[in-house]
Amino acid sequence: MEPAEILSNPGGVIGVSWLMIALPLLGAAVLLLGGRRTDKWGHFLGVLMALASFVVAALVFFQMLGFAPAERRVSVPLYAFIPGVADLGLLIDPLSISFALLITGVGSLIHIYSIGYMSHDTDRRRFFAYLNLFVAAMLLLVLADNYVALFIGWEGVGLASYLLIGFWQFKPSAATAAKKAFVVNRVGDFGLLIAIFIVFTTFGSVAFGEVFPKAGEASQGTLTAIGLLLLLGACGKSAQLPLQSWLLDAMEGPTPVSALIHAATMVTAGVYLVVRSGAAFFPGDGTASLVVTIVGVATLLAGAIIGTAKDDIKKALAGSTMSQIGYMMLAAGLGPVGYAFAIAHLITHGFFKANLFLGAGSVMHGMNDQVDMRRYGGLRTLMPVTFITFLVGYLAIIGFPLLSGYFTKDGIIETAMEHNAILGWLAVAGAGITGFYMSRVVFMTFFGERRWDKDVHPHESPAVMTWPLIVLAAGSAVLGAYLVLSNRLMVFLGPAVGLPEELPAFHVVSPVGLATLALVAAGAGYAWLKYGRQEVPVVAPRGSFLTTFARRDLYGDALNEALFMRPGQWLTRLAVWFDNRGVDGLVNGLAATIGGTSGRLRRIQTGYVRSYALSIFVGAAILAGAWFVVGTL
Amino acid sequence: MPWLSILMGVSVLGALGVAFVKDDRLAKQATLAVSLVVLALTVVMTVQFSPNGDRFQFVETYDWIPAFGVHYGVAVDGVALVLILLSAVLVPIVVLASWHDAEAGKRSVRTYFSLLLVLEAMMIGVFAATDIFLFYVFFEAMLIPMYFMIGSYGGAQRSYAAVKFLLYSLFGGLLMLVAVIALYVIAGKGTFMFPELIGAIKDPTTQKWLFLGFFIAFAIKAPLWPFHTWLPDAAAQAPAGAAVLLVGVLDKVGTYGMLRFCLELFPEASKWATPVVIALSVIGIVYGAIVAIGQTDIKRLIAYTSISHFGFIAMGVFAMTSNGASGATLYMVNHGFSTGALFLIAGFLIYRRGSHFIEDYGGVQKVAPVLAGAFLVAGLSGLSLPGLNSFVSEFMVLLGTYERYAVPAVIAATGVVLAALYILWMYQRTMNGPTAESVRSMPDLNIRERWVVAPLLVLIIVLGLFPKPLLDVINPSVKETLTNVSVTHPAPAVAKEGQ
Repeated sequence: MEPAEILSNPGGVIGVSWLMIALPLLGAAVLLLGGRRTDKWGHFLGVLMALASFVVAALVFFQMLGFAPAERRVSVPLYAFIPGVADLGLLIDPLSISFALLITGVGSLIHIYSIGYMSHDTDRRRFFAYLNLFVAAMLLLVLADNYVALFIGWEGVGLASYLLIGFWQFKPSAATAAKKAFVVNRVGDFGLLIAIFIVFTTFGSVAFGEVFPKAGEASQGTLTAIGLLLLLGACGKSAQLPLQSWLLDAMEGPTPVSALIHAATMVTAGVYLVVRSGAAFFPGDGTASLVVTIVGVATLLAGAIIGTAKDDIKKALAGSTMSQIGYMMLAAGLGPVGYAFAIAHLITHGFFKANLFLGAGSVMHGMNDQVDMRRYGGLRTLMPVTFITFLVGYLAIIGFPLLSGYFTKDGIIETAMEHNAILGWLAVAGAGITGFYMSRVVFMTFFGERRWDKDVHPHESPAVMTWPLIVLAAGSAVLGAYLVLSNRLMVFLGPAVGLPEELPAFHVVSPVGLATLALVAAGAGYAWLKYGRQEVPVVAPRGSFLTTFARRDLYGDALNEALFMRPGQWLTRLAVWFDNRGVDGLVNGLAATIGGTSGRLRRIQTGYVRSYALSIFVGAAILAGAWFVVGTL
Repeated sequence: MPWLSILMGVSVLGALGVAFVKDDRLAKQATLAVSLVVLALTVVMTVQFSPNGDRFQFVETYDWIPAFGVHYGVAVDGVALVLILLSAVLVPIVVLASWHDAEAGKRSVRTYFSLLLVLEAMMIGVFAATDIFLFYVFFEAMLIPMYFMIGSYGGAQRSYAAVKFLLYSLFGGLLMLVAVIALYVIAGKGTFMFPELIGAIKDPTTQKWLFLGFFIAFAIKAPLWPFHTWLPDAAAQAPAGAAVLLVGVLDKVGTYGMLRFCLELFPEASKWATPVVIALSVIGIVYGAIVAIGQTDIKRLIAYTSISHFGFIAMGVFAMTSNGASGATLYMVNHGFSTGALFLIAGFLIYRRGSHFIEDYGGVQKVAPVLAGAFLVAGLSGLSLPGLNSFVSEFMVLLGTYERYAVPAVIAATGVVLAALYILWMYQRTMNGPTAESVRSMPDLNIRERWVVAPLLVLIIVLGLFPKPLLDVINPSVKETLTNVSVTHPAPAVAKEGQ
């Protein structure tokens, strides 16, 4: 199927699809400018705007379903932005609307959950303002019809992420993590920016509708360069190697933020970028796509390994997020069928990972914000709703038969296997590790001895928090089957990502699937031996070299420090010293030489100068006056 | 209507009036009123400007010294217009921000405000001058009010800073004077009028020498690396309001001069010098950013970020593409607003705590959230966050440069990463973390200060989302300039359909 032509605005709800962005943006503006006056009802406004945005997205979706599949690609121009370079406009197609539904749907649930989670925070209103800001920016990112508008959303979500990681900015660790996230993301953004420059100089436009059809006319080298630079941007936003280091620190933010931004939506923006640009710059063969798959596989393994060693429940889940996005990235490097599975996994992951994070938040809420799983244990009876929903999310992520992950992750593994057996088996290995670390989280948190202190009184969270969990758990259970069976999502996405007419059938039972299941079961079993059957020590054992390697995030930070931070600090000091002594010293010296002696200069610097300047002024005034008189005579 | 003369006249008359008002409070109010009148008149004038009409509009030409062909010639094109608009917007904001700045010492309060209005007249004059000799007179005369504002009302090192500023500028001005006179003599047209001198110098060697005379003066003014060392001293010692006008407007005369005079009068020499200028610009972008990261003094830090930004502007001018030059012009305006906001808010912060040093702050966000929020928005504009004003201009400059010089553009784009570091690290050290004991009782922005900050933040956001009105004014003039330089625009590798 060739990518469909872009149609012009058909009116209806699609005509006002910009409301999706405008409503949460308005919410953010009201809450930020209104200040303390809006404290009482600010969180309701925030929720309302997110829900309203979801309603618009749903209406747009249903209007689009009324079109023939080939016509589901509508452009909604908004206004002229930079004349001759880029205008602001939206592209409503199956890909963008899938994202919009995920962002506003899961986003609304997380907004609702946050009413309860943040109820004790005096700055809850500001929190909702930032959440609204995030939703608006993320929607711009996925709905934009050109790279410049996308970039505005792209850095906008970076800002929201910065503000929310550092929400408790009085904690130095939070402030540092926020800054780190922004700066590391900027490294990726640098790549994206250069990619945009190349796109513009090559095609004379940055609009998807103009660039993609002409991609074939550009040289292979140009296309590869654009692809690799886009990938650099994607790596920053999606925490893929080598720009992964910020994501674990980002867990400093309140847990709903980790769920929404650093699990379900923002970190998948890189996958979106690759899939959106796919047909033009990542066709599935060629260098750029190969590098995408390598980055994906490397990150899916690295994230999984990090996940095995973390005692902080949020960091274990963050490692898992890296890993799962690695799967999506791998898929996105495999061409059109891969795109579809990348998006399918992205959507189901959005549900089960938000589910898991909010579950973790619910546990923390009942445990005085304790995050150390060694201080948990046996919580299943005390938090039954949290436990059961978490269990569903857990089974979904490890790929338990017929739950979401089973369909979407296996789809990726099988597609990878057909493409390249090495990639495929590494992805299978990742699934096995996932089985281990996720089981570890469940055993340490909900089973075994109770290991918390006396003054902690674990309790189930209020309904405003558990209901979103229940909805997400339901999604985690059934969404995968719904999207993948009978190729529902593929058929829907087809025109947007250029899928072939002949779609591969998904085999519910396959040899590779069975092998994966066996490995997952082995991982889970090993976790049971270590953390289920045995008592979990409250103080972490020292562990082997490998454990330390995983605990220290595979030495990613150490590497960054040695390669960039320390040399950077030295360079900065050197530059400051040079600027004070070198350049300035030279100039002062020169001035002194010209002025005769340095003593003369110093004298000028103190008293005489004022009269000196005054005399220039007076002289100039007299001169000007004289000329003027002469001139008019 | 002689709009430009009226603008200058109102400012000068206002300055005289203020100088003779006995009551300080009344003097301040009068200054504010005059600057607001000038702003209102400038807005009315801007509305009447037709972007696609004649290049120069509101033309006034009178003989001044007929013997030498010197004219009182003023007019504006789109580029000059937006810079005058920038000046007219900033002055009332600076007046309101400087309300108590002149009171610290035993200096005369009304003189300070009178100097502000004198400076405003000169800022309008320097951008409006179409006679090169008149431009030179304003270029030099502008130094004087600024010299006194730094030297008399500045910080502890004010004398050193003021003299350094003056000596650098005078040196550059002297070179320019020689070049101006030589231009007059060699062109042999018997006039200093800029439009008549376009294309007058044909000989390449002569062009090169005259170019250097102008360019060095402008490079010191802007300042470009390595002529920059006067700026951190001057900006750090100047009162916050004067620093805003110094960095926000006066320095732009340098980059404006490059675009207007260097490119159009000496097109061949400009092309000859381009590799060097681009190199200096790129060095300045990266170097300014790195040195900014290492600063311990808030105002010096902002000054170094400006050196980095001036590198972007000069690079955009000399890229000689429409995106580069239009972006550079827009950058001049945007940088005035964003750095203006940064300097003024930093000034409010310093006024409260009495220290320039970053390490003396910490956790201000908790006690003064409005101040911190405003500082963050200004800072985000400084790091060119998309959606805010600076992004548009920085993007255009980088894109415009990339179209012709890919490698320098890529190196310059690393400045985007460094900007995130210097801004957010400064913000973290001053505003985040546990609240320092010394700032615990710090009051948030008062009503007057909010009125100072609000228009700047509004402009930062509005120009970030809707840059088109300004670009529509700038683009035709830039196009005219580039036509006079006779450069061909690089075409996309894959041509658009139907072309």
